[in-house]
Amino acid sequence: MQTDPASPDTGQPRRAFLRGFLVTLPLQIATVPFGLVFGALAVELGLTAWQAIAMSVIVIGGVSQLVALPMMAEGAPALLVILTAAIVNLRMLMYSAALAARWEGVGRGPRLLAAWFLNDQSFAVSQHRYVERPEMTPAERAEFFLGSGCCCLIFWTAATVAGALAGSRIPEGWPISFAVPLVFIAISVPFLRGAPNLAAAATAAALSTALHGLPYGLGVIPAALAGIAVGTVLSGAKR
Amino acid sequence: MSAAFVWTVILGLGLVTALIRYSFLGLFHRVAIPPRLRTVLSFVPVSVLPAVAAPMVFAADHSAALPVAAKVAAALFTLVIGIGTRSMMGALLAGVAATPVVMWLAA
Repeated sequence: MQTDPASPDTGQPRRAFLRGFLVTLPLQIATVPFGLVFGALAVELGLTAWQAIAMSVIVIGGVSQLVALPMMAEGAPALLVILTAAIVNLRMLMYSAALAARWEGVGRGPRLLAAWFLNDQSFAVSQHRYVERPEMTPAERAEFFLGSGCCCLIFWTAATVAGALAGSRIPEGWPISFAVPLVFIAISVPFLRGAPNLAAAATAAALSTALHGLPYGLGVIPAALAGIAVGTVLSGAKR
Repeated sequence: MSAAFVWTVILGLGLVTALIRYSFLGLFHRVAIPPRLRTVLSFVPVSVLPAVAAPMVFAADHSAALPVAAKVAAALFTLVIGIGTRSMMGALLAGVAATPVVMWLAA
């Protein structure tokens, strides 16, 4: 399973890499504002610019990074911050499984790179491409994904740098931390379809608000789990 | 924030996230994801995002730059524009643009 039986026509995977990069390029219009918000807020809340940039490069998970920031500023224990933010990234289990099914025989290199920069955009773009072009070899699929991931990595990092540099110049009194819930509301919108999703979102929001008195954002995990449970039960009842 | 704390979070979150990503790609790639787990995971974003956002909107801000009523108004505006336009960017830009307006109205 680990050797790469990539097609003898080695020109194709390279082209797939470039294609993946280019197809992902227009989507960066969505990446950049989030990176700016993260960079600016990180600096505002007390991270150094280098720490903010390192976090973007190492984690590459915008939502989880934005979840972690306010908790860090509040002085929550590191383990709790990591756990809460990691729950956000659990959705990537699905992406990992879906990619694995299409990457049969692909070597360890691309798999390790995917462990670093698998993200929502690259996954969506790749999955779309794989369905559209069933003739792609697994090696080409992996290269396409890596090209897409590189594109996201570059823009996400650059936007964080810009945000971190701008952040120190944002005047006192500007409520930039309020951009975080606005970002999350904007990202939730595409998911808010059908009763199970709406019920999950409403349950999580209500419970989390009710539990807000708990220190360090401790209420977020039970609220999210309750939302997931309600959504799962309702979707089972519907079937 | 101490540097050790920040780096612990960065490296810890990076490692855990990498393991999540590597799960089916590298650790158990002969296993198919169980349908039940897939259903559960499909509700992760739609639950986690509101769980994080709601207290930030409904609870009083320690900086108090924005009163709760103003935050709720801006958040509702973001949600309505998002649902109306089905555009993530449209929703975010609308919310960001509305924030100074509600701040001014509330002041």
